Amino acid sequence: MASMTFQVFMQHLTNGISLGSLYALIAIGYTMVYGILRLINFAHGDIFMIGTYVAFYGVTLLALPWWLSFIVAIIFTCFFGMTVERAAYRPLRNSPKISVLISAIGVSFFIENLAIVVFGGRPKAFPIPPMFNKIINIGGVSIVSLTFYIPVITLLLLMGLVYFIHHTKTGMAMRAVSKDYEAARLMAIDVDKIISLTFGIGSLLAAVGGIMWGLKFPQLVPLMGVMPGLKCFIAAVIGGIGDIKGAVLGGFILGLGEIMLVALLPALTGYRDAFAFILLILILLVKPTGLMGQKLTEKV
Amino acid sequence: MRYKGIILSFILAGMISTGCTGSMEMKTSKEREEESTKGNPRIRIGVFQPLTGAAAAGGRMTLEGIQLANHLFPEVLGKRVELVVIDNQSDRTEAVNAVRRLIQEEKVKAIIGSYGSSLSIAAGEIIKKEKMPAVGCSPTNPMVTLNNDYYFRVCFADPFQGTVMANYAVRDLGAQKAIIVQDEVQEYSLGLSRYFMEAFQESTGNEDSILGVYNYHSGQQDFSNILGEIKKNSGDVVFAPGNYIESALLIKQAREMGIQIPFLGGDTWEAPDFREIGGEAVEGVIFSSHFSEEAQVTRRTQLFLEEYEKKHQREANAFGALGFDAYLVLLDAIKRAGTDDSEKIRGALAETENFEGATGKITLDKNGDAQKSAVIMKVENKKLSYVTFVEAE
Amino acid sequence: MKNTKRILNIISIIALIGLLFIFEQTFDSYKMRIVNLCGIYVILGLSLNLINGFTGLFSLGHAGFMAVGAYTAGLLTLSPAMKQMNFFMKPIVPFLAEVEWSFLPALIMAGLVTALIGFLIGAPALKLRDDYLAIATLGFGEIIRVVFTNTQSLTNGALGLKGLPTHTNIWWTWGIAFITILFMVFLIKGSYGKAFKAIREDEIAAEAMGISLFKHKVMAFTMGAFLAGVGGALLGNLLGTIDPNMFRFTLTFNILLIVVLGGIGSITGTVISAVVVTVAMEYLRVLDEAINLGFIRIEGIPGMRMVVFSLLLMIVILFYQNGLMGSNEFTWDWFLEKKFLKKSGKKEVKQ
Repeated sequence: MASMTFQVFMQHLTNGISLGSLYALIAIGYTMVYGILRLINFAHGDIFMIGTYVAFYGVTLLALPWWLSFIVAIIFTCFFGMTVERAAYRPLRNSPKISVLISAIGVSFFIENLAIVVFGGRPKAFPIPPMFNKIINIGGVSIVSLTFYIPVITLLLLMGLVYFIHHTKTGMAMRAVSKDYEAARLMAIDVDKIISLTFGIGSLLAAVGGIMWGLKFPQLVPLMGVMPGLKCFIAAVIGGIGDIKGAVLGGFILGLGEIMLVALLPALTGYRDAFAFILLILILLVKPTGLMGQKLTEKV
Repeated sequence: MRYKGIILSFILAGMISTGCTGSMEMKTSKEREEESTKGNPRIRIGVFQPLTGAAAAGGRMTLEGIQLANHLFPEVLGKRVELVVIDNQSDRTEAVNAVRRLIQEEKVKAIIGSYGSSLSIAAGEIIKKEKMPAVGCSPTNPMVTLNNDYYFRVCFADPFQGTVMANYAVRDLGAQKAIIVQDEVQEYSLGLSRYFMEAFQESTGNEDSILGVYNYHSGQQDFSNILGEIKKNSGDVVFAPGNYIESALLIKQAREMGIQIPFLGGDTWEAPDFREIGGEAVEGVIFSSHFSEEAQVTRRTQLFLEEYEKKHQREANAFGALGFDAYLVLLDAIKRAGTDDSEKIRGALAETENFEGATGKITLDKNGDAQKSAVIMKVENKKLSYVTFVEAE
Repeated sequence: MKNTKRILNIISIIALIGLLFIFEQTFDSYKMRIVNLCGIYVILGLSLNLINGFTGLFSLGHAGFMAVGAYTAGLLTLSPAMKQMNFFMKPIVPFLAEVEWSFLPALIMAGLVTALIGFLIGAPALKLRDDYLAIATLGFGEIIRVVFTNTQSLTNGALGLKGLPTHTNIWWTWGIAFITILFMVFLIKGSYGKAFKAIREDEIAAEAMGISLFKHKVMAFTMGAFLAGVGGALLGNLLGTIDPNMFRFTLTFNILLIVVLGGIGSITGTVISAVVVTVAMEYLRVLDEAINLGFIRIEGIPGMRMVVFSLLLMIVILFYQNGLMGSNEFTWDWFLEKKFLKKSGKKEVKQ
C-alpha cells in the first residue's frame, strides 16, 4: 500500500523479525528430531506450552525471581521432552511409521488435555519483568525492548548450537545418527542416548521460545502451543527439514511473511492462519526438500 | 522394560489428579433424579456458563454470584433449589449441547446463563423450541431475547450501552473522530460497535465522524496491521468492545507502538484478567458496566456486597451481581407462579415488575429485557474506579 | 452352509431394525441423540478407515471434509426465512437464498461436493507420502476452516449457521451407516479393495503388479471424502447449529481414536469401537462435572474425560498395536465355529 509511511513499515518489520526469531527457535526442535527419526514430533508445540506454564508458575506460585524461574522452566522442559521421547517414541522405534505418527498425535493430545486439567482452562496472564517491557522510541518508531532481546537471544542460542553440532564429539555423533542410524550404531554410538539428547536440546530451545512468546503475547492457555507448533513445523519444511540453517530461514520467511501479508493486504487479514498452510502445500508440491534441504534418501 | 515404568508414572500422574474426585461416585441421571424427588423435594435449575476457554473469567464470576444467591436463598415453595451447572467451554456448539442436556437429561425447570452473547444466542434456538424459561445474566446483544418468548435477561442491552459510551465520548471526552475495532466473530462486539457508531454519528452530527472500522477475530494475538492503520489516521478515541483477552492484547500492543489515543470499551472489560494481561497499558481505559459499589441502588446491593466479600474475601463485580439477580428474579417468578411448571414460570417471569435486585430495580419489558441504568468505569492504578452514572432512558 | 448364512444375515438385519424400533419407542431424546451419534461415528470411522486403514494413506483432513458436508447440507436445507435471520451481517449469495431442499438430495449433494473437494485436494497431495501427506492434509483441513470463517456471504463466517432443520433421526443415521458397512464390505472384498490393501502393504510391489497407484489412491481418498461429507451433513442436521470452529483438528482426532481402537483396517472393529467410544464419551462426562451428593459437593474437573481418552489411545498404540480386531473381521464362520482364526488376517503379502 502506497500510503504506508516509513515509520509504520519499520514497525511491521521489527515486529516480523521478532516473530520470525520465535518461529525459528521452535522450528529448530522439529528439524533436529526429523533429521534423526524422520518423525514429526507433534508434541513439540505442547512442550513449548509446558515451558511457558512452568515459567509462569515459577514466578507466581513459587515466587522465584524471574530469571531463576526461567532457568528452572528451561531445565524442566528439557527433561520433559526427553521423557516424552522415552514414553511415546522409543517403544515404537521398530514399528511402522503410521504407528509412530499416531503415537505422536496421541501424546500431543494427552499433554494438552492433561494441561487443561492441571493448569485449568481459564487463560492466565504471563508476568512480564519490567526490563522486557520498556518502550523505546527511535525516530517515530516505537519499539518495546523485548523486540530487541528476542532476535539477539535467538542468534546467541543458534551460534551455540551450531558450534555444538560441528565442533564437539557429541555433535558429531548426532550428525552421524542423522545420516545413518544403523551405521552409527556400528560405530559404537549409543543411538538411544543421542536421540534423547536431541529431544532435550529441541525442547530446551522450545522452552526459550515459549517464554519469549509468553512475554510477547502474555496470555497462557493450554492449547497455546498448537498453532505455533504447526507453523514452526511448516517453517522447518520451508527451509528444508533436517537442516538447522534452513529452519531458521524458514522461521524468518514465515514470521515476516505473515506480518507483511496482512500489513500490505489488509483484506486478507482473515486468511492469515491459512497463509502458512498454503505456503507449506506449495513448497511440498514444488520443492519437497525445502529451500536449503538436500535430498533425503527414503529409508526402505 | 524400562519404558513401562515411565508410562505407569504418566498414568499415575493422571490418576492422582483425578483420583478421589472422578471415580468416587458415578450416578446416572436417573438415580440422581430419583434421589432428588424422594425425601426432600427439589427444584432443579440449570446453569450454563463458560467455565473454561476464552470467556472463562466472565463465566466464573457470574457463577459465583448465582451460587451466592443460591446459598442465601436456597428454598422456594418449600422446596430446595438445586443448581445443575454445565460448562459450555466458551464454545457455541458446546453451549447448544449444554442446554440440550440440561433440558433433556437433567430435566431442569428453568435455566440461567450464559455469559457471552454469542453463547446465549446459539442456545436460544433450543430454549425456544423446548419452551424452557431462561434468564440471561449479562448477554447484552439484542438478538438474545429478540423473537424469543422464553429468553429474558436482567441486564441492559447493547443499543443503550453503545449510546452511553458514544455520548460519553462526545460530551465528556470531547471526541469528534472515532475509530472502531471489532471482533468479527462475536455478536456482542459487532452489535455494540454498530450502536456506538450510530449514536456517535448522531451525537457529533457528522456522518464521517467514524474514521474506520477494523476487524479482528477471537483468538488473534497480533494486531500490528490494525494498529498500523490506527497510527496513520489520528482519531480522538478508539472504541474496541470485545472479549477481555483480545482487547487487553490489542491495547498493550497499541501502547507499545506508541499509540496514545484513549481506548473505550464495553462491560466485558470488568474482568480482572483484562487488567492482568494488559498491565500498565490499560491504565486510563474507560468502559461501561452494570454496577458499581459507589453507585449502590437498592437494599439488595448492600446484602450482595457484604455477603460476597465475606465469602470470597475480595471485591465484588458486576457479573457476580448480575448472576445474583438472575437467580433471584427466577426465584421470584417461581414463587409468583406457585408451581415449578416451566410454562407458568415463563408467564410469571414476563410479569416481573420493579423487582429489587442488587443491580437495581428490574422490570422486564415485552422483549424480556431489563431497563437499567449504566455506570462508567475507568482503570486506575490497576483497579476499577467509578466515573459516572447514566440513568436508563 | 450358504443358506444358513443368508438366514443369519436376514435375522440379524431384522433384529437390528427391531432394536432401533424399540430404541425409538422407549428412549428419551437425550438417549436417542447418543444412538444417532453412534451411527454417525460409524460412518465417519469407516470413511477414515478406508483412507488410513485400508489404503494406508495417513490423512488428517477429515474435520475439513466434515465441515464441507455439514455446510453444504446445512445451506441446502435451511429455510429461506432462517437464512435471512442467520445472515444479518452480510446477505447470503443470491443463488442460495431461496433454496430449500429436502434431506435426501441435500445429503447426496453434501457427499458429492465433499468428494469433489476431496478429489481436488487428493490429486496433488497424494503424491506425498506418510508424514508429509499427514501434515499436508491437516493443512488442507485448516485451510477449509479458515476459508469458511472468511467467506461470510456463503457460510456466514465464524458466526456459523443456526436453526438447521433437525432432520437427522436414527433411521437416517443407522440406515446410512448400514449402507456404508455393506458398501465397505463389498468394496474391500472386491478387486479395488485388494488393490488398496496391496498399496498399503507395499507400494513398489503393487505398482509392479500393474496397479495404478495414483488412480487407486485418489479413488480411496475421494470415496472417503464422500462418506465424511455425508457424516458431517448428518452431524450438522443433528446438532442444529454449526460453526467453523467445531471442525478443528480435535474432531479428526476423535475419529482417529475410533479407528485405532477398533483396529486399523477392520470394518467390524471400527463399527464396534465407534459405538463404544461414543457411548463412553457421553457416559464419562461425569468426570468433567461436579457431582452433588446433597451434603458434599465433589467438583468435577473439566477436561478429565479427554485425558482418559488420550491416555487410552496411548496405551493401545504402545501395547496393543492391533487394536480391538487387528485387521480381522467378524464372519459367520467364526461365529458358528466359535473358533478364532488368529492367523487368517495376517496372511497378507509381506516381503
